[in-house]
Amino acid sequence: MAASVRLLARQLARLSRRNVFSTFSNASCGSGCCWRTPPGRCFSEAAEDRNTHFGFETVSEAEKAKRVYKVFENVAQKYDVMNDAMSLGIHRLWKDILLHAMHPQPGARLLDVAGGTGDIAFRFLDYVHYQQERQKLRAARSSQTPSWQDSSDTYTTDVGPREAKAVVCDINKEMLKVGKQKADSMGITSGLSWVVGDAEELPFDDDHFDIYTIAFGIRNVTRINQALQEALRVLKPGGRFMCLEFSKVTNPVLASLYDTYSFQVIPVLGEVIAGDWKSYQYLVESIRKFPDQEEFKAMIEDAGFCSVQYSNLSAGVVALHSGFKL
Amino acid sequence: MWLRCCKPITRLKQRQHALNSKALCVRPLHTGHARLTYGHYEGLYPGHIHTTHLQKALLAVGSGVAALQNPYRHDMVAVLGETTGHLALINLRDRMRNDPEGYLVLTERPKIRLSTLDLEAMASLPDGSFGREYLRFLEDNSVTPDSRAEVKFVDDEELAYVMLRYREVHDLLHTLLGMPTNMLGEVAVKWFEAAQTGLPMCALGALLGPLRLNASRLQSLLTPLGPWALRSGWRARCVLSVFYERRWEQDLEDLRRELNIEPPPVGLTKKKNT
Repeated sequence: MAASVRLLARQLARLSRRNVFSTFSNASCGSGCCWRTPPGRCFSEAAEDRNTHFGFETVSEAEKAKRVYKVFENVAQKYDVMNDAMSLGIHRLWKDILLHAMHPQPGARLLDVAGGTGDIAFRFLDYVHYQQERQKLRAARSSQTPSWQDSSDTYTTDVGPREAKAVVCDINKEMLKVGKQKADSMGITSGLSWVVGDAEELPFDDDHFDIYTIAFGIRNVTRINQALQEALRVLKPGGRFMCLEFSKVTNPVLASLYDTYSFQVIPVLGEVIAGDWKSYQYLVESIRKFPDQEEFKAMIEDAGFCSVQYSNLSAGVVALHSGFKL
Repeated sequence: MWLRCCKPITRLKQRQHALNSKALCVRPLHTGHARLTYGHYEGLYPGHIHTTHLQKALLAVGSGVAALQNPYRHDMVAVLGETTGHLALINLRDRMRNDPEGYLVLTERPKIRLSTLDLEAMASLPDGSFGREYLRFLEDNSVTPDSRAEVKFVDDEELAYVMLRYREVHDLLHTLLGMPTNMLGEVAVKWFEAAQTGLPMCALGALLGPLRLNASRLQSLLTPLGPWALRSGWRARCVLSVFYERRWEQDLEDLRRELNIEPPPVGLTKKKNT
């Protein structure tokens, strides 16, 4: 009884917040609108007066969106190489762990936000195809030797479950371009689509996706709460929200080693490999400004997700947060 | 034991944070209009990035490896020069200060850019004049004076200017020495610069550049090109001290004599290396 009252209160709060937000964004041209209206009309006082952080710097919200766009435009070509260099290849393990936790079934629909170069989407498709193969194998093994009649029947019927689909959504066209090139070179032709969109204002209908993921993207969003609410909106009831993001290292010794590595080595790697010191300086600073595991968990719960939990990967360097829409 | 390791690391972190917060205090917050400049920290000069000694060391090693792997990465050569050249830059700056024309260069800070060059006037100069030959060099080799990388990691404003001037004078040296921009010509200029400036980056380039030359070019480097470049480098007046922007009309041979540079040995073609 108490639980359902609490749920109702939360839903009411969410609805009222959403109304406020939507009227606010209509009136004041929030950062999502900026990409559709001409720049002259973009700057309203509200967006300019509200300040946020860009790394260790304080900037207006409108400026943050622009600068983040510029950062990823600059790093897009070398993004994957730099990920491998900075994390010594461990980012692949983190993403694999995300997929295993997700355990998607054949027919699932994935929305990968800030998915740029497509790492999560490609892994998703691989995983689902592998699951499908396993199911087919199990079915074949469990059935007895089929008669000629039975086996000729299977030739005519279509494939049973519907195909899994992944949508990669990113605000930055350069990152999507790199992702599309990767898909072409891997020979992936179906089940994948690339959409330009803002995480704070997704161009999708309500209750559309089974799984929403955002890997290493949410700390670049100007208003994280809005992105969480959009995630809740586009997920089907029963859908899962999963977020991989850099977080706080709990062990103090490891934390100081990690800090030294972040501030001393990573910008140098950025300069040497990508020729861009400042973008990688922003990267390590933005990690420090992002809320820690518990705070982010509370933000996800506030947005309306249930059964929110997190697990630390690599001693807290990365945290995997997960929540359900019920 | 752990504490002993942690203290320098925390000191490093504190210094980094102090630098960050100091830089933030210096910069006033601009509200009311959106600035699209990417000026993150106000360094000592535009484009300056504060780096610790550890970062400079890592940059030196990393840029060295990157430049060896891909010699077309001019930004890596530039970073290598900046991170290893502190003492040589001080030496160069002192030599410039002691020379009257060099002192003028240091105070007036001329910059060679396409926007500051009067190309038509230079094209109308007689053949054999410094300006005309420089223009011919730019056209023949399809280079532009605007492609110089900016200085980022030198922690003194005047030394940063000396570094920038060194980069700008590099092209002029090609003209003065009569060397094209193919690999052999670049190595010859590097030998001259290593002898002249003592910059470790030039010395490294001079030592490792010949490894990329084929046998015949290596032969022409060793005799007579290399010794000529070294001799001229040692004997020449400090090339950074010359106010080139006021000498476009001067005859090239005359300028060479004034700077004590021997005329180049014959036989280098101006076509680009494949």
